[in-house]
Amino acid sequence: MIILYQGLALIIVAIVRIIRILLAMLQRRLIALIILLAGVGLGWFVYNSQVTGSHPFKLGLDLYGGTQLVYRADTVALQGADVVDSMEALRDTIERRVNLFGVSEPIVQTERGGTFAGDPEQRLIVELPGVTDTQEAIRLIGQTPVLEFRMLKKEAESVEIPSEGATPEMINELFERAAITGKDLASAELQFQTGAGYANTPVVVLNFNSEGTKIFAELTRDNVGRYFGIFLDGVPISVPVIQEAIPNGTAVISGSFNPESAKELARNLNYGALPVPIELISTQTVSGTLGEKAVQDGIFAGLWGICLVALFMTLWYRLPGLIAVVALAMYVVLVLLLFQWIPVTLTAAGIAALILSIGMAVDANILIFERTKEELASGKSASDAIHDGFSRAWLSIRDSNISSMITAVILFWFGTSLIKGFALVFGLGVLVSMLTAITVSRTLLMALGVESKSPTMRFLLGSGYTK
Amino acid sequence: MFIIKNRNVFFGITAIIAALSIASLSFFGLQFGTDFTGGTLVEIRYDGTRPAPEAIMQNLDNAGFEGFSVRETGENGYIIRASQLSDDQRGSLSATLSHQGGTAEVVRLTEIGPTIGTELRNKAFIALGLVLLCILFFIAFAFRKVSEPISSWIYGLIALITLGFDVLIPVGFFAFLGNFTGASVDTLFVTAVLTILGYSVHDTIVVFDRTRENLRLNHEHNRREDFEHTAGRALGQTITRSINTSMTTLVALAALYLIGPESTQDFALTLLVGIIAGTYSSIFFATPLLVAYEKWRKNRKK
Repeated sequence: MIILYQGLALIIVAIVRIIRILLAMLQRRLIALIILLAGVGLGWFVYNSQVTGSHPFKLGLDLYGGTQLVYRADTVALQGADVVDSMEALRDTIERRVNLFGVSEPIVQTERGGTFAGDPEQRLIVELPGVTDTQEAIRLIGQTPVLEFRMLKKEAESVEIPSEGATPEMINELFERAAITGKDLASAELQFQTGAGYANTPVVVLNFNSEGTKIFAELTRDNVGRYFGIFLDGVPISVPVIQEAIPNGTAVISGSFNPESAKELARNLNYGALPVPIELISTQTVSGTLGEKAVQDGIFAGLWGICLVALFMTLWYRLPGLIAVVALAMYVVLVLLLFQWIPVTLTAAGIAALILSIGMAVDANILIFERTKEELASGKSASDAIHDGFSRAWLSIRDSNISSMITAVILFWFGTSLIKGFALVFGLGVLVSMLTAITVSRTLLMALGVESKSPTMRFLLGSGYTK
Repeated sequence: MFIIKNRNVFFGITAIIAALSIASLSFFGLQFGTDFTGGTLVEIRYDGTRPAPEAIMQNLDNAGFEGFSVRETGENGYIIRASQLSDDQRGSLSATLSHQGGTAEVVRLTEIGPTIGTELRNKAFIALGLVLLCILFFIAFAFRKVSEPISSWIYGLIALITLGFDVLIPVGFFAFLGNFTGASVDTLFVTAVLTILGYSVHDTIVVFDRTRENLRLNHEHNRREDFEHTAGRALGQTITRSINTSMTTLVALAALYLIGPESTQDFALTLLVGIIAGTYSSIFFATPLLVAYEKWRKNRKK
């Protein structure tokens, strides 16, 4: 009986062990299958979101076509905090001008540059996609912004006040020149009105200079009840009503402000009162046709690059090589997905970085396979060899990728927008390729369950010209 | 190991290649692009056949352009370099370049102000220095536990010398190229050089890393082995990987060079040359140099 029980126990243990091994293998294969399916799914997703345009790739000016203008702002007359404020106001103004023109997705940003030319300066960078006539773009940005005051014509009192989007003709029809000009304004500030009936409402306070105080006193005395329009570059930014005569040169604009909008108005007023002259220092224009061709050539070069690398890998490394190709495909899909979602603005240099990274991405796999081959040669079983190959190669993979990351980070810092595009793609590529090479190829290779020592398997795991 | 044994032959070959590169550099010189010098670069295309360059130059001269150069590009285009444009010159650019019915379309216009040029040039130098410095520190750090028989700083220093070679070759090549195709040193070229630095140091690290591992294993197993053999073995173990990784990178770059966008062709070519140089130097120069140093140090002690 006891023997029988023992025998039974042994059999059960054996069965459990077999089931466990089977489960483990199933699990590995399941994970591998999930990874493959996820890869296909993500690939379809990337393709679909490009075709339907839900998350298309963002193309830089050199690929889409357009103009970039860089201006130097003369802030010598300003100091400290004023510089930051007036640069922001300048940006708002230019942005308004650009939007008025109907350019899609323009970029207007300020930058502190010139540090490495020994002369720090404030810069304004304007990118206008689709505008390929440089002179036209320059005209569009125009000169230093102008602050003006205009009165709503008497006969137009009942007409609705036009907001943004009004054409100059409409404005000329509705408004007439006021006696006071932007030069008469000394400053504007954001204040909070307190006291009975006011629950801390934000207001904008205008302070006129002595000349302005006189003119403004007359103007308000004669025009109580009329609309007083404040224009920046011919666009009304606020149209308050004159409620009473203001003899002391301090006007309060109250109304439906929130702290943000009040602050913006005060800034715009200050800016108009204290204009920052701008001077064009650099332009870059690329025509759409040239950009389109660059995109096409880039895609073809990328596809050829992938095919050639895949061909080389499968010919030299056979079965593991094939797996490296799958990992490479996963890598490309993941990187493209990141480009769409971060989003990364692609330039010609960025495409070059991507193609370069396709060649470099398989390096981690090559390191691993070479190591596995050595372990196989020392007489280990296939699965042990794969396992050890991975863990031994890891240090080399890590160290060599750090050096590439150093370059990517420094390039990103060094770069103009063109080079930043390269550095970002290159850095992302290094990180993602390391990830896919380690996780994807490892899982897939293990899932194959190569235990057999058959000559065919040995051949498939071999490489190069050896049998 | 064949390469280690015959290292003096390879030192000779390395020296010849380096000398050729220096000769090309001093003979042809580097031509700096608009990015760094400031000025204007215009690329134009014509619908039909392009007018003769003399006609274009005459037109430019009449419009008051100074210090310009005209070079053919593609089937029916020109690339023109000039100094800063005035407002009028910019506005009538297309009209100026059109000649006898051949209407010029400006497909690319880049104007760089002098401050930006100076800034980019200085930044390029700083970036180059910074990359070299970071790499030196990184290698010294990565190899900090290896001090027998060679200090970790020496690995870093030798990697740096190797990098000097890796930069010298594409720069020399570019001077040569510039003389024939008008390729000029711009930010993209600097980017290529920095990328080559990152790539080939990575190649050198893999070989050194294997030397480090072999040294550790010898130590663990109480094996006595000449450094020459340890390093030679490391080289033998990593050479296939070095060549194969370069192969995959080179085929990808070849695709970029042959069919990729025109604006990155010179860039791809620079990378191709640099990566070949980097692979060569990490196999035939870095480890032999390491062994030579160790020999020299040993002899001095005696």
